[in-house]
Amino acid sequence: MRNMKNYQIDPRYKVSNREALIGIGLAIINFVWWYGFAYGLGGQPVEEYQFIFGLPAWFFYSCVLGFLVMSAVVFVVVRLFFTEVPFESEGMEEDQ
Amino acid sequence: MNLGVTIPLLIFLGALFLFGFYATKFLKQGPNFLQEYFLGGRNLGGLVLAMTMVATYGSASSFIGGPGIAYNMGLGWVLLSMAQVVTGYFTLSVLGKKFAITARKINAVTLNDFLRERYKSKWVVILSSLCIVIFLFASMTAQWIGGGRLLESFMGVSYQTALFIFTISVLAFVVMGGFRAVAITDTILGFIMLMGTIIILVGTIIAGGGVTNIVNDLAAENPNLITPFGADGSLTALYVSSFWIIVGVGVVGLPQIAVRAMSYKNSKAMHTAMIIGTFVTGAIMLGMHLTGVFARAVLPGIEVGDTVMPQLTLTILPSWLAGIVLAAPIAAVISTVNSLLLLISSSLVKDIYINYINNEASERFVKNISLSVTALIGILVYLASIHPPDLLIWLNLFAFGGLEAAFIWPIVLGLYWRRGNAYGALGSMIVGVGSYILLDRFHPDLWGMHTVVVPVFLSLIVYVAVSLLTSKKNIIQQEQIIKKFWYV
Repeated sequence: MRNMKNYQIDPRYKVSNREALIGIGLAIINFVWWYGFAYGLGGQPVEEYQFIFGLPAWFFYSCVLGFLVMSAVVFVVVRLFFTEVPFESEGMEEDQ
Repeated sequence: MNLGVTIPLLIFLGALFLFGFYATKFLKQGPNFLQEYFLGGRNLGGLVLAMTMVATYGSASSFIGGPGIAYNMGLGWVLLSMAQVVTGYFTLSVLGKKFAITARKINAVTLNDFLRERYKSKWVVILSSLCIVIFLFASMTAQWIGGGRLLESFMGVSYQTALFIFTISVLAFVVMGGFRAVAITDTILGFIMLMGTIIILVGTIIAGGGVTNIVNDLAAENPNLITPFGADGSLTALYVSSFWIIVGVGVVGLPQIAVRAMSYKNSKAMHTAMIIGTFVTGAIMLGMHLTGVFARAVLPGIEVGDTVMPQLTLTILPSWLAGIVLAAPIAAVISTVNSLLLLISSSLVKDIYINYINNEASERFVKNISLSVTALIGILVYLASIHPPDLLIWLNLFAFGGLEAAFIWPIVLGLYWRRGNAYGALGSMIVGVGSYILLDRFHPDLWGMHTVVVPVFLSLIVYVAVSLLTSKKNIIQQEQIIKKFWYV
């Protein structure tokens, strides 16, 4: 592209692009877990259902455990892989 | 009038409003009225950010409509509702830092500020404002009706009276407080929603004699209630999965959510918000919808889905506790409409009036007109809600889909794809909304998926194709945009 020689891509975008991809990755894991348990176990005839804490196993794994697992995964991923960057262009401004 | 429920409820809401005013008054005032009123001065911390997103998103349908359908459909509808857990982390991680950084570069306060700078096109802004005003008006009316119905059934007054009380309290609050008051009370409302969810779920399990008992009762009535396929077997895997678009990842395209993704203080706030938001959204959605299903074993034979939750609460809980639990859906409705109201008035005042009609208006004049427009829209919604249509969840979902089809690609690709241009954005909005309305009228749930899926894909294709075809137009302007947005 012309006239761009003196400029460089905002380095913070490297971080934001990576985190957007992580978000998509999390959503895919979330979907696979949710779908796999729900229709894998829930697709059997009702007479063959197993129960955990009184709930059908498909529901327990897909919705209850799946929700808890996703909360934990988000916690870990955000803590480990999300980087703090300043938002103001001039660098981190003091918050008064 | 049911005083045992009404009095705790009113005390609760009154205390909440007082707190909102108090907090607003003693917090730092931003230098600029517009930024302060519509965006809270970009100062939200992690907890407030998470809660305002959850509370804005969680609405009457999460507390009344959704559990009502779950009551009739069984666990399959709870499964469907769990697609919403994704909204807790997805929106912030996808829009996240890029949106926050960009918004500061161009000093954007509203979604339209972003679109205007990114596409440099009057038509994109006008079309987007139109979509916001029309669709959010529809969705606000649905919420308003929900609020009126709730007050009606709890307080035992007529629907008209309830609607009037609701309108006055919302308006007083939004007009006086602005975005910051909305965000702060959203935080408290979010906690009320979470607490109410837990209380009602536990109460229902106790009333039904334990989970095992309840599930056995349900299976004895109709085994389909405990399968993922719905009471009548109509919930196919494809149909349920397609809700991942409408109530899951597509939420990125909702203006009332997107505007929150530029209102926070720093990276840390965003990180905290993702963690809290995921957990709270999941807990509320799982708890409320599961309660809806369990209610079937406790209170069988309720005809109108929307009345399941109010009846259940009033039956199984002591009245003082019922008052607090019933504050949850009212909290959800108020926190949703206050955000929508602000968004509509910001579109009209800031994006249309100041940008294109009178850009030299004085601060004082802008302030007066913002407050009057907010109040006027509130009154219009009130008038529209007097003769309400029946099932509010679908009305609400219609507005959801329309906004998503219009905005998802102009926002997401506008942020991440530098070749996207005004023609692509315009085409994608027109095709997205147009095909959504046509499909909804003539061919709902095309190919067994929720109606929104096909329009979202069509608008993606149009955005990319038109942007590429028109890449030779306005080359200089496009380079300036790219320089401003991507380079330092």
